[in-house]
Amino acid sequence: MSDTTPTKGFLAKHAALERSPTLLFVCSLLVVTVGGIVEIAPLFYLENTIEKVEGVRPYSPLELAGRDIYVREGCYVCHSQMIRPMRDEVERYGHYSLAAESMYDHPFQWGSKRTGPDLARVGGKYSDAWHVDHLIDPQSVVPESVMPGYGYLMDAEVNAGYAADVVATHRIVGVPYTEEMIEVAASDVLAQIDPDSESYDDLLERYPGAQIRNFDGAPGVSEMDALVAYLQMLGTTVDFSTFTPDASR
Amino acid sequence: MSSDKKDIDEVTGTDTTGHSWDGIKELNNPLPRWWLWTLYMTIVWAIGYSIAYPAWPMISGATAGVLGYSTRAEVAADIARFEEANAGISAELAAADLTTLSDNEDLMRYATSAGAAVFRNNCSQCHGSGAAGSKGYPNLLDDDWLWGGDFENISYTIRHGIRNEEDWDARYSEMTAFDDILSGDEIDAVVQHVLAISNQDHDAALAETGGVIFYDNCAACHGDDGAGNRDMGAPNLTDAIWLYGGDTASLEGTVRYARFGVMPNWGTRLTEAEIQAVTAYVHQLGGGE
Repeated sequence: MSDTTPTKGFLAKHAALERSPTLLFVCSLLVVTVGGIVEIAPLFYLENTIEKVEGVRPYSPLELAGRDIYVREGCYVCHSQMIRPMRDEVERYGHYSLAAESMYDHPFQWGSKRTGPDLARVGGKYSDAWHVDHLIDPQSVVPESVMPGYGYLMDAEVNAGYAADVVATHRIVGVPYTEEMIEVAASDVLAQIDPDSESYDDLLERYPGAQIRNFDGAPGVSEMDALVAYLQMLGTTVDFSTFTPDASR
Repeated sequence: MSSDKKDIDEVTGTDTTGHSWDGIKELNNPLPRWWLWTLYMTIVWAIGYSIAYPAWPMISGATAGVLGYSTRAEVAADIARFEEANAGISAELAAADLTTLSDNEDLMRYATSAGAAVFRNNCSQCHGSGAAGSKGYPNLLDDDWLWGGDFENISYTIRHGIRNEEDWDARYSEMTAFDDILSGDEIDAVVQHVLAISNQDHDAALAETGGVIFYDNCAACHGDDGAGNRDMGAPNLTDAIWLYGGDTASLEGTVRYARFGVMPNWGTRLTEAEIQAVTAYVHQLGGGE
């Protein structure tokens, strides 16, 4: 076998590569760069990876607060938000997820594990009261559930004072919030749990389709309000009766 | 260390790398042939794969691949295949008169098993996987119905839901919260009256006072005798079935703050055949009228 080891010609050059750490490093970098350009760069310009979808909007400040709680509590560890294009998933959870539906998620919550069900289209599927009951004591409504309780969300208030900062931070990473949205973020948090508030129409204009209710039925903006507001809007922004998927994607 | 002259190990007759530690030399064995060939085959496979399937990024899109494969087209075809297989019986079910469904054995079997699947996916989270409900979420196994338990009423409730904001045709009623209307003593009395008409331990004197208060404030919806009114989803208060509890504390809570159970509308989420199926399923659970 030893005679097959080349000592001359092109294939023998690898010996020079292997014996010079600097050269090996530079060449490795080159290979990784080419791979990156081919695999990553096209995602930013190819039209068929960035499908324009009508209806997707940035999160309202209260939903954003709820989303932060979702991340903080690690909901993504057991729940995915990604309905894959497979018949069983579509039959169970609804239309498969579109990339555009998580375009304002920083970071996205696709998840990689389903101890609990996928939540990409959980919005509107259950009543607010169910979400509250279920988050306080999951086994009270789903006896076979292994989910822990999150009753303390009822006692923790959402600090609306941070809302403007959170919204502004999302704008830095590319979510198209306007100056006005940032200015009124704190009052929008309060307005979304009060259907009688004066800014009802303005809030709906800023965040079309936002649901404005006292989600937990208790006074004040609790973290429960924020989380339920977030859950109740998941997957509801795109009207699939008017959406025709391009089958080539 | 130079590679241009061979340094053959005497014992094995194999070329060495020239590295030597305490006189032990590193043999420069080539990679096994099977390994190399596997590597070459994966390279050939990758080239073939990138021709057959969507792969290379171009200016405005990726190459489509000669097989024309797309995950979206595949899932659409997959769903269409099953819909086509069930098309006949689904259309028959969607158009069927549920009151005579049990005469058609095949259709009934299809409806209840399809309905069971729809129920497990969409309804069981609130009503329980066995449909026995829990506090605040009605038991569907008994014959005590808030809004009616015949096919038409079950179907309407599923389609439009209860007290939701999505569907203007949702069933709607709102109990008054009597916290600000009745005094504490009056509330205590009316609770005793409800305990009395539901055959529970009660204070007879208080219950009698409560009867008058009940007649003035509650009877319009719950009926003079407290037997309820399905047109308003007003529950029967004379039986032992309680949605939010029938003990003194629960009743007091209900009278003071009222209840407002919400059910989503499923008409926009389920197909006509699925609504028919789950209606038939719920109806045959035991309480259907």
